[in-house]
Amino acid sequence: MTRTTTWRRKATGLTAGIAVAALALTACSSGGGGDEATTAAVSQADIDKAMQTPTTLTFWTWVPDIQKEVDLFEKAYPQIKVEVVNVGQGADHYKKMRSALQSGKGAPDVTQIEFQHVQSFALGDNLLDLTPYIPADTKDDYVPWVWKQVLSTDGSKIWSIPQDSGPMGILYRDDIFQAAGVQVPATWDDFATAAQTIHTANPSTYITNLPGNDMGQFTGMMWQIGARPFGWDGDKTVTIDVNSDKAQQLAQYWQDLIQKDLVSVDPDFTDTWYQGLANGKYASWSPAAAWGPVFLQGTAESTSGLWRAAQVPQWEAGGDPVSANWGGSSDAVLKSTKNPIAAAQFALWLNHDPSSTLMMANEQFLFPTTNDTLASPEFADQKSEFYGGQEVNKLFAEISTTVPEDFGWLPFMDYAYSAGQETVGKAIADKGDVVGALKAWQDDLVGYAKQQGFTVK
Amino acid sequence: MTTADLRAPEKPTVLRRGPSRLRRRESAAAWVLITPFVVLFLLFLVVPIVYSGYLSLFREQLVGGNTFVGLENYTRALTDPSFLSGVARMALFLLIQVPVMLGLSLVFALLLDAGVLYLQKVVRLGIFIPYAVPSVIAALMWGYLYGPDFGPFAQLADKLGTSAPPFLSADWMLFSLMNIVSWEFIGYNMIILYAALRSVPRELFDAAAVDGAGTVRTAWSIKIPAIRPAILLTVIFSVIGSFQLFNEPSILRNLAPNVIGIDYTPNLYAYNLAFINRDSNYAAAIAFILGIVIMVVSYTVQLSAQRKERAAR
Repeated sequence: MTRTTTWRRKATGLTAGIAVAALALTACSSGGGGDEATTAAVSQADIDKAMQTPTTLTFWTWVPDIQKEVDLFEKAYPQIKVEVVNVGQGADHYKKMRSALQSGKGAPDVTQIEFQHVQSFALGDNLLDLTPYIPADTKDDYVPWVWKQVLSTDGSKIWSIPQDSGPMGILYRDDIFQAAGVQVPATWDDFATAAQTIHTANPSTYITNLPGNDMGQFTGMMWQIGARPFGWDGDKTVTIDVNSDKAQQLAQYWQDLIQKDLVSVDPDFTDTWYQGLANGKYASWSPAAAWGPVFLQGTAESTSGLWRAAQVPQWEAGGDPVSANWGGSSDAVLKSTKNPIAAAQFALWLNHDPSSTLMMANEQFLFPTTNDTLASPEFADQKSEFYGGQEVNKLFAEISTTVPEDFGWLPFMDYAYSAGQETVGKAIADKGDVVGALKAWQDDLVGYAKQQGFTVK
Repeated sequence: MTTADLRAPEKPTVLRRGPSRLRRRESAAAWVLITPFVVLFLLFLVVPIVYSGYLSLFREQLVGGNTFVGLENYTRALTDPSFLSGVARMALFLLIQVPVMLGLSLVFALLLDAGVLYLQKVVRLGIFIPYAVPSVIAALMWGYLYGPDFGPFAQLADKLGTSAPPFLSADWMLFSLMNIVSWEFIGYNMIILYAALRSVPRELFDAAAVDGAGTVRTAWSIKIPAIRPAILLTVIFSVIGSFQLFNEPSILRNLAPNVIGIDYTPNLYAYNLAFINRDSNYAAAIAFILGIVIMVVSYTVQLSAQRKERAAR
């Protein structure tokens, strides 16, 4: 529109162009490394030596105040200095990681990676297999399904150390439920009935909100209902099955609620949504993850004491409860690090040492991944004012044991979520054909996978 | 004759040597002076463009490596509904928004120039100020104003017992964006036009007044034709800006993620192709085609304006 702005826009385009150029330029040179990590364990003597050698590690993460845990680590290992860098959250973080990795410069030693993106960095051969660097029985200290999230697809390599997880439950407004005379729904059928009752009692209230922009939540629900939409063999074959019977059942269920106007469809993590949580437009956040309770306290402060947490509704009445996961991340060591031993020890210590994990759980409210912290009275027995004195942590710790282990990912989840939002998400937001959109998502993903050189099973 | 013939070549060579040394020194200075520009120009404009062009001829897969594919990315773009719909959307944007924006800019400029407004300087500054607001901030601000539950429009409508227009819905979004962009750039274009108006010789207006032309007639028949080149300039800048729309939709996408898709504008699409789809080769091709589209449209605008001008003469 104007000279400067045109220029400014051109400049943005240009920067992007240069970044793109940098990506491609270095992509050609990245294959040559070939220093395969030995599977022989690193000896304790080597570890001790490394931990007493002055070393500086760079750690990229967006966890707020993680410096506190890093301080604990530096106290335990005074020779190791850790520089914490926040390069942005989620997508921004990964963009910068990819640029740094492909340019071969400026990548951190240790980095945060969410569970669903671990395999995408494994595909790029960017991650250090931690197996030789950590005790063989480390896995026994973690919740089994969580541990599965950080392994290579064949289970032979450890790509990262789990930091936090997000088993799913629901958070609901006890006052609204009681006023409408609704019990906490045990099954999704009950939930649908309750949705009708609540909306009839007060037409401006919806039992929950289903966002069209949160494929993480939608994927969590697929996990719960038993759909297994994604998979990768660790090489060139991917499994894409987002249009399975189970997924269709899930889509049909929500489509019915949406079309009967019993569920709102505002995008989540927007001002509209925050308002809806605070002003009673949504009578619950279903399903919510284990990091939700504390998040909600900050968002809907004015409704303190009115909320409660509960198990996620079940698809089958009377069976063993089944939950799923939404969110959660881990800390990985990049293959390019010059200090693999110190970096691996740091990643492990941060997410394994009880003093650090407990602090993360209680101060940063990262939902724990180690069995000890989950069972620790200092964590589990906390009563939350916001939830009317309920022991919310204990509840979610129980839920965590009901998450199925066998859920896999594609090595390109950023695209998968983006495409899902353009198809399924859009259908949700438009109150349209969510079931039909699953097929569009499936076709889109298969097309992309083939174009990227994968074989689709 | 012969003596002259013999002598003639001597003198010119002497004469020629003088100025040529001077000219050489001058041209050396010129080269030194433009070197910083040329270096930066090559480094930050020509090299990236050439490199992007080179990139656009390849296809790099997540598995399977990098292959030369010639113009395949270009043929793919020309049949890609995402890209084509983005271009069409921007064309629509251009057809509606640019005339409205420039029309208002022109009216304000003429009003200011005619001196019929009170508080001239305050008004001039007031209209110009939005341009000083970075477009990211402007988009954030308008995003808040448009908010369906919390924005001032929504609150006002709520008090009046109705509901505010759904600014962020699929049907309204393009117009909401047009409004933001117009708000940002009316002032800027106004200043260009106003400056051009100020440089029109005043005698022309006196002559028109003597001939009995009123303010409107003077504006229509004298001022507007006199600043035609400035108007053309603003049109071309606006054409380029429209096709490159990125910041505003990218920010409103946070508020309406399912209305503004990844392919809402061609620039947004190219960005997402590079960073979400990890298909930077195709993104480079898209950027190139977009550049060509902009060039063609700008040139068409310029050509038709010139033709009109010639016809008017």
